[in-house]
Amino acid sequence: MEFTEAILLTVVTASTPLLIAALGELVCERSGVLNLGVEGMMVMGAACGFAAASLSGSTTVGIVAGIAAGALLSCLFALMVLVFAANQVASGLALTIFGLGLSGLIGRDFVGKQINAVPEVHIPGLTDLPFVGRLFFGEDVFVYASFALVVGIAWFLNKTRAGLVLRAVGDSHVSAHALGHPVLRVRFFAILFGGACAGLAGAYLSLAYTPFWVQGMTAGRGWIALALVVFSSWMPWRAVIGAYLFGAVTILQLHAQGFGLPVPSQLMSALPYLATILVLVLISRSRARAGAPAALGQPFVPDR
Amino acid sequence: MKSLIKGAALALALAFAASGAQAEDKVKVGFVYLGPVGDFGWTYQHEVGRKYLVDKLGSKVDATYVENVPEGPDAERVIEGLVRDGNKLIFTTSFGYMEPTLKVAKRHPDVKFEHNTGFKMAKNVGIYSARFYEGRYVEGVIAAKMSKTGVVGYIGSFPIPEVVSGINAFMLGAQSVRPDLKVKIVWVNTWFDPGKESDAAKALVDQGADIIATHTDSPAATQVAEERGVHSFGQDSDMIKFGPKAQLTAIVNVWGGYYVDRVNALIAGTWKPDDTWGGFDSGMVAMAPFTNMPDDVKALAEKTEKDIHDKTLNPFKGPIYKQDGTEVVKAGAALPDKDILSMNWYVKGIDDKLPQ
Repeated sequence: MEFTEAILLTVVTASTPLLIAALGELVCERSGVLNLGVEGMMVMGAACGFAAASLSGSTTVGIVAGIAAGALLSCLFALMVLVFAANQVASGLALTIFGLGLSGLIGRDFVGKQINAVPEVHIPGLTDLPFVGRLFFGEDVFVYASFALVVGIAWFLNKTRAGLVLRAVGDSHVSAHALGHPVLRVRFFAILFGGACAGLAGAYLSLAYTPFWVQGMTAGRGWIALALVVFSSWMPWRAVIGAYLFGAVTILQLHAQGFGLPVPSQLMSALPYLATILVLVLISRSRARAGAPAALGQPFVPDR
Repeated sequence: MKSLIKGAALALALAFAASGAQAEDKVKVGFVYLGPVGDFGWTYQHEVGRKYLVDKLGSKVDATYVENVPEGPDAERVIEGLVRDGNKLIFTTSFGYMEPTLKVAKRHPDVKFEHNTGFKMAKNVGIYSARFYEGRYVEGVIAAKMSKTGVVGYIGSFPIPEVVSGINAFMLGAQSVRPDLKVKIVWVNTWFDPGKESDAAKALVDQGADIIATHTDSPAATQVAEERGVHSFGQDSDMIKFGPKAQLTAIVNVWGGYYVDRVNALIAGTWKPDDTWGGFDSGMVAMAPFTNMPDDVKALAEKTEKDIHDKTLNPFKGPIYKQDGTEVVKAGAALPDKDILSMNWYVKGIDDKLPQ
């Protein structure tokens, strides 16, 4: 039992950054904006979060700085795609390249520095529950934040007026505009939220997951998060399933190798991706149509 | 002979004048890096070497680098770009740059190239690498002495000969002390992904390993070892900062001396394509200080290192048996370099299957 628990604990930590970044992008895409710059914003969150934590000695300051860095970088993206109506795909890719470069510059003096890892927060009562207690209530704040985000976003999108407006903007910006909704403002806040989440996910990597800074440490997790949004068919709860499935397969294949399972390691390393593709195929077959926002990726230029 | 060198130097000077290099008296040298210079591993050590070169030759050299260059067609564009920028000697520091380097070299016979960890040479392309396996053998000896559970975890990047020969050397070193030591191998199929390396280390510790060896590029595994209270070996550079209580030693790649030699040869006009594979004796491989171990283990490690340095000990000296028991090297003989460089089998005692 203890061994299973140890495996599952690492599954939770491996899945959390993917989940947080995917949730942010999900909201952004629901407003009709495709931001491929998740990787860039994430790595900026990792660099700035670590730098701030290292300078201030406080992981809380680090987390806030990580969120701020992701949000700030997303403002640049918003400027390009909202104000100048630039191509979203190209702008997003540029944002990733820019973020990777800039984070290297910012983090240059922090390579090899030491910080205290984010402490685990135990909740009296809940943490003492057998099995699930330790698993879901003995974690660091990021894991709790990811749970809160899922519930919050699901509630926001489905139960609030603002969420309805956001979805309307994402499905048809022209109609939303005709109805008097501020399309660009809604999209700006959605982009900002996506950036903040990516920054938080990045901060998780450099403050809790592997508490140090090395350039390029996101290692493609931003791209996986983007794929998870499609996988989730733009629904928060499905993003949870996707992220945990991906995390679980990644961790389990490492353990399988340790046990000496006679399967090629290259195949094992590809398993998380194969599993994702398989589930995508199953989802699209089972009539539960992938619910992409209709206006996704289209720039909105209000006629003045 | 002297006039020949003079002639070559003159030709070189003319070539510089013709190419219109801005800094007339400086020789331009370029480096192509796979990772970021701040990766604290492979690329970092090349950058240490480049800085050493600039320190030593000062005003005589202008050494630039391009980092984060993916292997494949992008590399070709970057190398070509460095040629167009007037670089006269270009170091390409990853295995996957082999074909791109050769392609560009063919187009520019007047420019010299040095490819790191490759095996194909040309008139203007030399190759160089280091015998990392010598360091692995020392690590194996230490691991065999230090492991309490008798299980060692080994994180591999890709099952290529360099990594496989490292695992075998490690195992042979361990077996020289303790024949029953078990090695658990996990392949992560990446050179650099701190998160995945850290997860692999955790998995190995959870499965009973109390020493973690890695052949990937980040200090993540060392950090996990520190957290979990087990021991580790650093890779590429001294990672003691990340595991002050965990790290036993580390293999340190030292390229600086080689870079100085080659650039000096270029300046003197004596540069020729060379096949360099240096070990402890050439200084290209070094061990970080032996720490966190009792004195007798430290003494044994130092002796092993010295014996390999002095060539009284060859890590791949026979008898060596493959997993299935067939003899590869007879007692008294040593495995030839070409067999080390193409190694695709495990030695007896590793009860894991090599991914083919």
